[in-house]
Amino acid sequence: MDTTRLIIVAVGGQGNLLASRVIGEAALNSGIPVRMSEIHGMAQRGGVVESAIIFGDAQSTIISDNEADVLLGFEPSETLRALNKCNSDTVVITNLAPLPPFTVATGSDTYPDLDGLLDFIRTRTARLIALDATALAIEAGNILSVNMVLLGALFQTNAIPIPSQRVKEAIAKVTRKAFLESNLKAFDLGFTAASSIG
Amino acid sequence: MHKLIAEPPDTKMLLLGNEAIARGAIEAGVAIATTYPGTPSSEISLNLFQISQESDLYFEYSTNEKVALEVAAAAANSGLRSICVMKHVGMNVAADALLTLAYIGVKGGLVIVTADDPYMFSSQNEQDNRFYAKLSGLPMLEPSSIQEAKDMVPFAFDLSEKLQLPVILRTTTRINHSTAIVVLGKILTLKTKDDFIKDPFNYVTVPAVSRILHARLLKILEQAENISATSDYNFITGGGIFGIVCNGISYNYVFDAVNDLNIKDKVKILRIGFSHPMPQTLIKDFLKGCEKVLVVEEGEPYMEEAIKAFAQEEGLTIEIKGKSRDLFSRLYEFNPAQVRQIIAGYFVITYTPAQALNLSQMPEVPQRPPTLCAGCSHRATFYAVKKAAEGMETIYPTDIGCYTLGFLPPLSMGDFLICMGSSIGSSGGFSKATNKKILSFIGDSTFFHSGIPGLINAVFNKHNATLVILDNGTTAMTGHQPHPGVNMKKLNLDGYEPVSIENIVRAVGVSHVTVIRPYRIKKSIDAIKEALNVDGVSVVISQEICTLYAKGLKKGHGRPFYINEKCKNHRECINELACPAFLIEDGRVKIDATICTGCTVCAQICPEHAISPLKK
Repeated sequence: MDTTRLIIVAVGGQGNLLASRVIGEAALNSGIPVRMSEIHGMAQRGGVVESAIIFGDAQSTIISDNEADVLLGFEPSETLRALNKCNSDTVVITNLAPLPPFTVATGSDTYPDLDGLLDFIRTRTARLIALDATALAIEAGNILSVNMVLLGALFQTNAIPIPSQRVKEAIAKVTRKAFLESNLKAFDLGFTAASSIG
Repeated sequence: MHKLIAEPPDTKMLLLGNEAIARGAIEAGVAIATTYPGTPSSEISLNLFQISQESDLYFEYSTNEKVALEVAAAAANSGLRSICVMKHVGMNVAADALLTLAYIGVKGGLVIVTADDPYMFSSQNEQDNRFYAKLSGLPMLEPSSIQEAKDMVPFAFDLSEKLQLPVILRTTTRINHSTAIVVLGKILTLKTKDDFIKDPFNYVTVPAVSRILHARLLKILEQAENISATSDYNFITGGGIFGIVCNGISYNYVFDAVNDLNIKDKVKILRIGFSHPMPQTLIKDFLKGCEKVLVVEEGEPYMEEAIKAFAQEEGLTIEIKGKSRDLFSRLYEFNPAQVRQIIAGYFVITYTPAQALNLSQMPEVPQRPPTLCAGCSHRATFYAVKKAAEGMETIYPTDIGCYTLGFLPPLSMGDFLICMGSSIGSSGGFSKATNKKILSFIGDSTFFHSGIPGLINAVFNKHNATLVILDNGTTAMTGHQPHPGVNMKKLNLDGYEPVSIENIVRAVGVSHVTVIRPYRIKKSIDAIKEALNVDGVSVVISQEICTLYAKGLKKGHGRPFYINEKCKNHRECINELACPAFLIEDGRVKIDATICTGCTVCAQICPEHAISPLKK
């Protein structure tokens, strides 16, 4: 089958690795070949966490610059930073809620203007879906379900060859029972939000 | 039940490379597992540690890699299947044991896993440990996929027992930290006890014995080379006049490149998975059918040099290239596009790479460097040391752990680091070579790993230095593994007595030893000042549990703090401590109550007493 390459970028603690796990399990249950890799060296210490997920017959587990088909960003400035992975056909999905790094808090760096950032991405890539996943996660009843909101938005785009139902089953398998209801609600809120942006 | 032992054979599971290796060990019926934690190998041992708590597997976090290998070597020579897991630089520590263990060999299978880290995602160097196989003379296997990472472990155990030699399984970060679908195999029942048959003339390596054992090793290597030459792990795919030789993760990039470039009929690929001894006859036959050969391997030209030597022996003058300025670098890891482009260029294949976006006008993205956690006790210690040493000319040798991050501004506490334990050793050199005050830092786990000999040396040779031991009660950096100073009851494990760092320090003869609680800033500064006034070696043990670990153990944090109306915007808090709980909003410092752990350090140093605990 054709290869689809997905990059996920997030800040340590945002649940990127769990989201990747959900996608991997969903692929496994759908019979879709999947390979992934993650770099999370010092993620717990506030660094960037990057996952690459490759669907199809390719053997590689990483994605080179300019070769991502889909970029899913959990934080707007991290989405921007990962644009070197994209090309003009890339679909970009991003959370709109900033998590400014400490360098911004101390005033040694400045955070980019959000509208400018979105315009920059929109004019260079095939499609941009931007949503406040953090607000939707709170609406779903758990601020930690940002990852599930973004998964909902991702699978609404049909950019990944896995049906949403499989993803929901994977959420049920992989995430903790206590959070299942809010996780599924978060997924649906993200899905609906993406379709209205559509 | 642990997920790696819960599913029946033939189940398809999504596994991380390190989980697959752990599962492979279980399938092989491993009885003894030893390790010192180190990224990218850590999850192999973490899974074995967990499984050992519900099975007959014996697992230990050893004090360092050399000890880990010695424990495993003795168990294997008592007939038990043993595995010893480490990161690449750990092999340097274990090397003394490794190189003579190769002479003695093993009875039960012994597999040594070395996890290399090209690009140094979380390491101090990117040494290529394939040379340890060559240096020691031990067989080596290198997986290209997660399935192979699992499958190679039982194969390695069988090979080890057949050759009666330890076998090295060498991975790189992209194997350890990649995830894919793996088909499980059968689990062999493990043997918990066997016996050591005395045979001192084969086990006690005095020169006369070793002369015989070295000859034995070379003889076994001939046998190993024959196995390598016909091993399924060294295979050829495709066909044509162009040849590519590759190994490990590079094979995947080559495989994809040959597909993407549509040159399957022009290129044959030799994938080397059994890479020491190199399969000489196989390689020679492969070369004979090629007009031009490209060697694709991350790191050093390990295969390239061997292949060129084989070609010379056969009188072949075909072009063989790998590492060169315009082809592959010895630096960092490879990626699919890079390998595709170099293959296309070398074999003159037309290829249009994906077009880069025009990012010239891209808004600047702020850096997001890793930082010590909010409420990290190391930050408090560094601050106290800095204040205590104010006005002195100082050198701060540091060591390997989270606290290495203290070298970043504004703390700037870290001037020299080469390896585990180097803080103490190098302090001695600086104290003899300069007139500066030497203050070095080492973590608790690193102290046990390789700090103690350095400390004894400093005491005996009358170095003049202060050592600060940052004791946060765990091996924090690699994911909170226990070490000999840890209270194992916190992990619900009975029967362990923690080894006291303070007792060790006193026992080796350090005359001035103080224990501080770093969150008590003023007392800590005073204690450090006193230590700095001591002539000779002084030690300050700074004890406070890792804040992240405390959270994991469900120990509550203190109440979060906030900035009250007395704040005059001095910003000493944010400028000197750089705690990630601070943020600036509308030109004023604020504290993010969801991150603040209530360590109270900022409240203690605020000149206006403008930081107070939030009311419940």
